[in-house]
Amino acid sequence: MADETYPDDLRYHPAHDWARIQGEEAAFGITWFAQDQLGEVVFFDPPEVGTTVSAGQAYAEVESVKAVSDVFAPLSGEIVAVNEALSDTPEKINDEPYGDGWLVRVRLSDPSEVDSLLDVAAYQELVQSQAGS
Amino acid sequence: MGVAAETLRRTPLHDRHAAAGARLVPFAGWEMPVQYEGIRQEHLAVRSKAGVFDVSHMGEIETTGPDSEALLQRLLSNDVSRLKPGGAQYSVLCREDGGVLDDLFTYRLADDRYLTVTNASNHERDHAWFAQHAEGFDASVADVASEHAMLALQGPEARAILASHIEGDAPSRMRTSRARVAGADSLICGTGYTGEDGVELLVAPEDAPAVWDALTASGATPAGLGARDTLRLEVCFHLYGNDLSEDRTPIEAGLGWCCKLETGFIGSEALRAAGEPAERLVPFAFTGPGIPRPGNGVRTEAGAGVVTSGTLSPCLEVGIGMAYVPAAAAEPGTAIEVDVRGKARAAEVRERPLYRKEAR
Repeated sequence: MADETYPDDLRYHPAHDWARIQGEEAAFGITWFAQDQLGEVVFFDPPEVGTTVSAGQAYAEVESVKAVSDVFAPLSGEIVAVNEALSDTPEKINDEPYGDGWLVRVRLSDPSEVDSLLDVAAYQELVQSQAGS
Repeated sequence: MGVAAETLRRTPLHDRHAAAGARLVPFAGWEMPVQYEGIRQEHLAVRSKAGVFDVSHMGEIETTGPDSEALLQRLLSNDVSRLKPGGAQYSVLCREDGGVLDDLFTYRLADDRYLTVTNASNHERDHAWFAQHAEGFDASVADVASEHAMLALQGPEARAILASHIEGDAPSRMRTSRARVAGADSLICGTGYTGEDGVELLVAPEDAPAVWDALTASGATPAGLGARDTLRLEVCFHLYGNDLSEDRTPIEAGLGWCCKLETGFIGSEALRAAGEPAERLVPFAFTGPGIPRPGNGVRTEAGAGVVTSGTLSPCLEVGIGMAYVPAAAAEPGTAIEVDVRGKARAAEVRERPLYRKEAR
């Protein structure tokens, strides 16, 4: 598993999901904290391209051997790509949660929602308050 | 956590788990390691080499006295008269109506002395049940759980690891012996819950850390309850609370082989009267993607069913589980469908065990 990191170029949703915003699109994934809580990811069931997602709503599931966890959309929009490679290598979500472990790319329907997400400092504060709980 | 952590009981190996970086979770009133490095890694270590599990949460009941065999014959579903000193026997504990109170291993330590290992969540109820039914028998029943820690050493290299620490003889499969292991007086049982060769060690709580240290130093991988669950499910061993309950009979659960109705155990009359069950517990494997989980609905041509255990099999690399299905759909090879949170997943009833070691 990767070391605990929270890149400062991402925005974070309190449900431990991240968004990397690039113009009108954003990539979504789960944070180091989320994958650590879940344990080794063995299955990612991707949503279909073209599906609409809403900020704060679950849009997919990741599963470890023991548990199923919903992943939440940090922002609203339409899915334009899913990370197909994860069907063979779901462990990438553990190994590179911010890199090859990305889950979906979304065309944003309301870019102003970005303002409601946490920056890295606020998110790390949240993680510290939940760690060890 | 919402549950007050201080109310959870800790095994004598708690410090070892914490030092090894275990993820500790509440389980049946105990704070237990669910995993150390990772469930899959621990699972594969047990299949390929050896793992050691702390199962000190499990309870023990000692039955002694001239009528101990007669009492246990009344309580336990198996034929206790066939259990010889130094032997081990699996059975279920039934209510009058045939519902299952627990599934148990009983070890005959001497002519009139038996040790029965209980599931942690059922221990107090089991002990009360034993004590209540001991009236009229010249036998005494004692809760000896606090006198024992229990370690399971399992895997193809388990016996070699044991051999480097034992002073005395190791038992063969389904037998017991008493010997020193890493200096600790141990009841060694040739039993387990993984489908691998290995032993279970019952030692005094204060001796457990030394035994744990010796076994792990010799290469046994610390393994948690997560791997214990995936290992047992691959070989279709029942988990009480999932696959067995008061609402199911052992016949439905496929445990008729250890229910000797002619011994007259409590529940035997109800089981005889019930005849062929309408539903049966079957192992199944997914033929496509997905992971079954307990509570998932099952669709068959003969009617509906329900998943009681499910996981991703680390060895088979597909979703596997056990489910109660209509008896007409219980034949191996029957195609079934599992409803995994709204998605219909294709599966097939399989023979038990789901995982079988390749001949070497």
